[in-house]
Formats: sequence, structure tokens, C-alpha cells
Amino acid sequence: MLKGTLDMMVLRTLVTGDAHGHTIAKVIERTSEDVLEVEQGSLYPALHRLEDRGWVSSYWGTSENNRKAKFYKLTDFGRKQLVNETNRWRKMARAIAMVMGENVLTHDELPQGGKL
Amino acid sequence: MSRVLDSWRKLFHRAHKDAELSEEMNSFLAEETAENEARGLSPDEARRQAHLKLGSPRRVREDVWQQNSFAFLDGLWRDVRYAVRTLSRSLGFTLMAVFVVALGIGANVALFTVVRSVLINPLPYRDPGKLYTIYQRGPKAAASPDKEHFMPVDAGSAQEWRENVGSAADLALICPWRQYNVSGQSGQMPEQVDAAWVSANFFPTLGVQPILGRPFTESDDSPSANATVILSNGFWKRRYASDPGIIGRQIILDARPYTVVGVLPASFVYAGSLTGNTNQVWVPVMHEIPQELLHIYNDHEFVVIARLHQGVTLNALLDQLGALQAQIKIRHPQGGVHEGASGRSMLDDSVQDYRKSLYVLLGATCCVLLIACLNVASLLVARQAAREREHAIRAALGGSALRLLRERLTESLMISLSGGILGLGLAWLAVAWFTGARQDMNRIEAVHIDGMVFALAAGLILLCALFSGLVSAWSGRSRAIMGVLQQASRSQNSGGAKAGLRRILLVLEVGLTVVLLTGAGLLLKSYQHLLKVDLGVPIANTLTLGISLPDGRYKAALQQVQFFEQLIERVRSVPGVSAAGLVTAAPGQGWGADRMMSVVEHPPLAKGEGYDIMARGADPGYFAAIGLPLIRGRLFTADERLTRDHVVLISERTAKLLFPGEDPIGRHLRSELGGDIYEVVGVVGDTRYEVSIPMQATLYWPIYGNESSAATIVVKSSTDVNTLAMPIQRLVASMDPDLPVANVMTLQETIARSTVASQFSSVLIVAFALIALLLSAAGLYGVLAYLVTQRTSEIGIRIALGAQREKVLRQMLLDGLRPALLGLALGLAGSVAVVRQIQSMLYETEPLDPAVFAVVAVTLLLVAGFACLIPAWRASRLDPMRALRSE
Repeated sequence: MLKGTLDMMVLRTLVTGDAHGHTIAKVIERTSEDVLEVEQGSLYPALHRLEDRGWVSSYWGTSENNRKAKFYKLTDFGRKQLVNETNRWRKMARAIAMVMGENVLTHDELPQGGKL
Repeated sequence: MSRVLDSWRKLFHRAHKDAELSEEMNSFLAEETAENEARGLSPDEARRQAHLKLGSPRRVREDVWQQNSFAFLDGLWRDVRYAVRTLSRSLGFTLMAVFVVALGIGANVALFTVVRSVLINPLPYRDPGKLYTIYQRGPKAAASPDKEHFMPVDAGSAQEWRENVGSAADLALICPWRQYNVSGQSGQMPEQVDAAWVSANFFPTLGVQPILGRPFTESDDSPSANATVILSNGFWKRRYASDPGIIGRQIILDARPYTVVGVLPASFVYAGSLTGNTNQVWVPVMHEIPQELLHIYNDHEFVVIARLHQGVTLNALLDQLGALQAQIKIRHPQGGVHEGASGRSMLDDSVQDYRKSLYVLLGATCCVLLIACLNVASLLVARQAAREREHAIRAALGGSALRLLRERLTESLMISLSGGILGLGLAWLAVAWFTGARQDMNRIEAVHIDGMVFALAAGLILLCALFSGLVSAWSGRSRAIMGVLQQASRSQNSGGAKAGLRRILLVLEVGLTVVLLTGAGLLLKSYQHLLKVDLGVPIANTLTLGISLPDGRYKAALQQVQFFEQLIERVRSVPGVSAAGLVTAAPGQGWGADRMMSVVEHPPLAKGEGYDIMARGADPGYFAAIGLPLIRGRLFTADERLTRDHVVLISERTAKLLFPGEDPIGRHLRSELGGDIYEVVGVVGDTRYEVSIPMQATLYWPIYGNESSAATIVVKSSTDVNTLAMPIQRLVASMDPDLPVANVMTLQETIARSTVASQFSSVLIVAFALIALLLSAAGLYGVLAYLVTQRTSEIGIRIALGAQREKVLRQMLLDGLRPALLGLALGLAGSVAVVRQIQSMLYETEPLDPAVFAVVAVTLLLVAGFACLIPAWRASRLDPMRALRSE
């Protein structure tokens, strides 16, 4: 997985609602049709990193299986960061695509920031 | 902010956070395992897969911890613990280093506290930067520009200044050297208090508001007003038990009732340079001052306080007042009127007596701190050398240079920090002691340790840590690792480079020590001169007591005369008294009074010229009591005390000055003040009015003829004079229970009091110099002892090969003494430059006193020689076999 994209995907996952670690990993894997797998030992450092930066906040709650679990919630600041990260990632993806000779949208056709 | 707090919480609740993370991961594992089982895996396999997915929990925990913003601090904490462990392993070294730093930092912090509180902090008045103290330019201003610039102002000029200054400034008047007898009321003892006469605008000009009552008004400040008084806070507290009902009450000053209208705040002191902070009662000047004094222009009694108005500079004001003064001089051509005005900020004015000595002391403490730093650096360098092998191995194993540097800095920081904390404690004690010992110093009550001082201490600690840490790190830099490892197994000379660095540190240390020693030597010599100073009279067994008769009760001159007559007769009959007399001011008791005189028989001097002669009133018994010899002529007769026959005695110096080569007896002196003419009837010995001031020309007139209401009783005893103080005070009380006796002191105490400042500076500097000497000796000893251990096997081989032990001894001694000699030379050269700065603090001592320099050089060589002798002797006694085996 590309460096830094895990953080972005975690944030994106949380847009739809608060979730605990296991759900976050599952959602990423399922929505990528199991192409992307959250690497061993990288999820929790990422979550704590995001919390340290104030992009997510956390609280203890009960999971759907009635287990005690720590839930993560996207903060307003995190939401802003997600927009930035997404824009940056789109530029990057487009640049890589151009290098690889793919057909890409022109600059004006790019979806603008803030529309997720 | 909350994030920082959060991080802190994480740092200190590491265990808690860690447990939380473990629990979080467990819940992940549980979810994943359950999911895997639901997919049909066996429970064991389901758990294994879940663990595989999560990765190593320990690793995750490490990673999470690592990205904490305080991971750096965590590393630091580890370093600190490591440093404490290594330092505690060589406890002697550590304690020594900590103590050295504590001394350096403690002395600096204490002195800085005093310097800041006394010399730098603004005066406790409103907008103190606009306040200036204005004087007249003294008569010698033109001849010697830095002396006698600041003459008190005469009442006449001061009045004219105030009337004509216009809009440039507010001018307030103060005559701070008055005294009153406060009568005992309701059973209290009478006492004499220091007082000040002030103009009504004095307190408003400073911006000081009484805490009780009101300031003086213009209507208080007039001859016809009711007598009013304002009390200092301390006096109100002490004598009236902080009675809030004091306002409106009457107190008796000099047997006249005064209504108390105000009490000043505790924070208020008048920071006048000549009186200290002792003024306790304040009265309006115009109510007190004899009206004729307002029209006299050569009786200098007042200090003028100016608050400059917006846009006015001190020089502009001084020019304006100088112009006024020039006109006054034209209108009053008789002597004693000075031209021009001088002024300085009120702060400068109040502390100028101490500025120099405090800065010199601060310089000395900086020297001590520098020496302490050099010493710690040198100790660390030595230890560094001992641990070189360990470090080389660690470097070879991949330990980063930065890491090693950090370790060393942590170590020196630990030493400086402990030293600094101990030093703050020492500083606190030192400040408490200092404020107790120097009550004579203006503003001493304002001395306190504050946040700024803590900031300074922190700065010094950091500086000290950086200096010693970096020097020792520098000494360990760029040593080829392999070289060290190879050399370390054949230990000869491996410490050469480091020993070189230590020698440089030592040379600097010895140099600084020498500078301190010379300064200390000079001050000590000067202090001894002061102690040995010849007052002109024997000082043993002489007691002085001050009595001031209130004008109110002893109105007629005759009453005063009769009182003193009776008193002195009775004093003479007190058992143990061998002689007693009266004088206005005894030797060593200060300026007293002076007069401009000219000789009637000589050609007249230019207008305004005259001889400035100290003037004393005395009774015939005084000369025997104080021990002043009669050299020519005769003393006063009994009736000359009562009549105003205009006879004077002059001192030898006066005779030489006024009548060179003539017989002064029968000649006449004219006072430039009133024009009175006096016949010289005798010549007596010389005395000094102040210990540190050379003999001055003096004249004596009969004390009662001068209508003085104040006198000093001088009592000589054949036995211990201290036992006479009580009987004489009882005697006075029996004659007038309302009459206070002030300043009961032996002549010895008087001298001790006037030498306290000089004693203080010299004692402190000597203490600092001794500390420096001790540190240098320790440094010299340390370097040589280290060299000996380094070269043990080499020396062993040389002795085994037949080298003479004396030769070994001599060589090791030379090795140690070389840096000492170099430092001595450097220090002596430095001293020559530095001692000129303390010239003004010296009394009858030249800054380049060869004896002091010689004593310093010899002392240093002796101490250095002794410090080197021990390791050198040890080297020469080495058993060659054991030395070689120790390899």
C-alpha cells in the first residue's frame, strides 16, 4: 500500500460513521474488493497517529457483537484534512496515470475539492 | 494546548495507555477470531489467523509509543538515569563538581540579586525615570571635573530656583539631615529621631500618597501655620503600635506639639545618598526653617528633587538653573555662592556610593563561576580520558557520535543542575546574610530574590553545563577509534592530547585566580590601612554620647549653658571617669560643619575666596578628654565659654595653611559667613573628621559662645569605658526625663562603623580569592595526579632502567608547575589591567603595589608547588616492578 494512503483511507471510512479498529480494517478490505489489505501491525499505529494529530477522537463503546471496543470518530479538523489528502492523492494518481500512458481527464474535468 | 496536555498525560501514564492499547488489540483479535470461526475455521486456526493479521502486539505497542511526541523526552529520561548511574559510581568526583558549581552559581545569583535590587530596579516612586536630584556645582568643579560636583543647595538659591523654574519641572525641597527629640508620652522613653524638612510638594512630586491621613498642603508649609508632621511607617508601627487613630493626635518634637496629619506607606523610603533610610518624621520646611536662613546663600543644606516635565531634558533644566545661579552669584558676591547646577537621576544619586564596590564584587563572583566551570570541564575531561576505551568500543559497535555527545551533555547538565539548585540555596542564605550585614546600604530593604533571579540561575546552569559538556566532548572528538583501541592496550602517553587541553584550562584557571588574589590583596591592604588610620587622638577607652537640647524648653542660651555645665560636672564625678568634655562633633563622626575663613592681617583675598576650614565648638575640658595636645598658646578659659569674646583655637594644619612661617597666636580670622572676627589663642593637634578622609584644617570656638543646643559628651576612662554608658544615661534622665541620649558609642565603634563598607568588600573578595585558590590547587593536583597514573608504566620502566628518583620528582614537578607559572604570568599581566578599576575603592594603597603582587605570586607558587608535590613524590616512589605489572 502506498505510504500515507492508509491514513487517508481510515479517515474516509470514518466519514460514514464512527467505527472501531476491526470494522475499519474490514471496511477497507471489503470496499476494495479485498485488493487492499491492511498490513500487519500498521492499523493501530495509524489510528494513534491520527488521534495524536487531532484528526480523530476516540471513546470506549460496545461493538455490534457486544464486546467492549474503542470507537474512532472523525473530527472537524480531520474532515478538512481528509479533503486535503484526497486532493493530493488525486493529483498523484493522475500524474502516475499520465506517466503510465493511461487516458486521463484534463485538469478542468477533475472533480473539485470538497465533493466527496 | 489540549494536545500538549494529552501528550504529557501519555508520558506520565504510559502504563495506563499501554494497557488500553493492549485491550484495544485484544478486542480486535476477538472480533477477527469470531469472524474466522464463522467462516468455518477451527478455533485454534481462527485465533492464529487473527494474530497473523494483527502482527506482533509488542511491535505495535512499540510503534505507537515511538510516534508519541514525547518519545524524545523518554530518551532523555533514559539518558538522565544513565548519567545518574555513572555519576554515582564516582561519587567523590561528582560531589566535588557539584559543590564547585554550587559555589559559583550561588555567589553569582546572590550578588546579582543585590545588584539588581539596589542598582538596577527602579525606585518605588511614580514614573521614577523622570526624577532627578539636583545639586549645585561645588567650588572645585572647574579644577577637577569629577569631584565635588554635587554640593547641597543653599536655602536662598533653592527658593529662587523654585520660583523661577517655570514649566520645565516640578522642584521639591528636602533637607534630610535634621534631628528631633521625641518626648516620652504615656510612659515611653524619649528618643532622638532622624527627620527631614520637606516642601509641601515633596510627596506629590515623588508620587507617594500617605496610607493614613493626607500629604502636606501649601498652607502647612508656612511659618504661621500650625505645626504638622507626617510619620514614617516604621516609626508609626514601632512607637505608636500602628494606631490608626494617630491622625489628628499631637506628638511632642523638641518640646513643641505637632499634629500628625499622615502616615507614609511601608514601601516608602527616601533614597537620599547621604543619610541612609532612617528619616522617621517629616515636617514642612517653611514652618521650621529660620526665616533669616532663606536669605543666606552660602549655607548649603538642601537637596532639590526635580520631576522633569514632558520633553524637558536634564541638561536643559541644568542650563536653566545654572543661568539662575550665575545671576544669584552676581547679586550675592560674598563667598560661598556656587556657580552652576549639577544633577543625576535619583536612582544614580542614591546608590552611587555602592555602585563600584557591588560591580567589583559581581566581577569577582563571575571569576569564581568561570573558575568553577573550568574546573568541572577539567574534571570531565579527565574522566573522559578514563572512559575513552569504553567510548571507542561503543563507537566501533556503531554508537552514534551524537548519542555520545548527548550522554556527555546530560552528565554535565546533571552536575550543573544539582550544583545550581544547591547554589540557589546558598544564594538564599547569602542574600539573607548580606541584607543583615549591610543595613547601612541604601535600598537594602528592597533586596529580594524574584523570578528574574531564577531565570538567571537557570541561564547560568545551562551555560555551565554547555561549557563543561562541550569542552569535554571536544576533547574526545576525532580520536581515531582504532588508534584508541590499540593505544589503550599499551597505555603509554595515550592521554597526551587531553592532558594538553587540561593544561590550557588550568592556565586560564590559575590566571583568573591570580587576578582575584591581587584584587583581594589590594582591598585587604587598604582595609588594614583604614583600621590603622591615625585619627590624631587615642581611640581606646573613649565614649561619646549625643545630647540635643530642645529649643522649646531651653529657650535662653543661658539655660542651655547651665544644663551642660551641670551635666558635665556630674559626669566628671561618675566613678571611673577620668576626663569629660563637650564638642559639637567628635573625631570620626563626620563632616559636622565647616566655615569659609580669611586672615585679617593678610592682604584681602579675591571676592568670594576663602579657606574652607572645619569648625567645631568645644569646651576647655574636651581637649584633655579626647587627648588632643595643646601645641602653642593656651586653651579657652572658663569665662570664654560663656561670653562671646571671639576667640578660637586652630589645629596645626590650619596654622600651616593660614600662617606659613608665622606665629598664629594673636592673629585674627574673619568668617566669610557673618564677618565676625576671631582671635587665635592657641594651636592644638590635628584630627580627622572621617576615617577615610585625610586630616583637614580645623578650628575650635567655645561651645557655649556658639549658642549650640546640641553637643557630644566625650568621656575618657582609665578602665573599660563601656560600663560608663548606663550610669551617664541615668544621670541625664535624672536631670531631664524627656531628654534622649543618642549615639552612645565608643570611638572604636565609630571607626568600625565607618569602615564597614570597606571591610565588607575586602572580606568577601578575600573569601572569593581563597575559593579560587583552592579550586586551582585542586585542578593542578588533579592534572598531575592524572598524568602520573597515565605514565605509571613509563615511569616504572625508567626507574627500572636506572633513572634517578630525584630526577623523576623534578620532572613531574616541572610538568605540573609549568601551567601554574604560565597562569601566574598571564594573571599578573591581567591584574595590572584590572586593578585600575578598583583604584577608587583603595585607601592609601597604590593599585600596582609591588608588595601585594609579590605576596600573590609567592602564595600561588607555594600552593601550586604543594599541589604538585604530592603526585610528583608519589611518582618518584613508584615500585618499578609493581608499575610494570599493573599493565
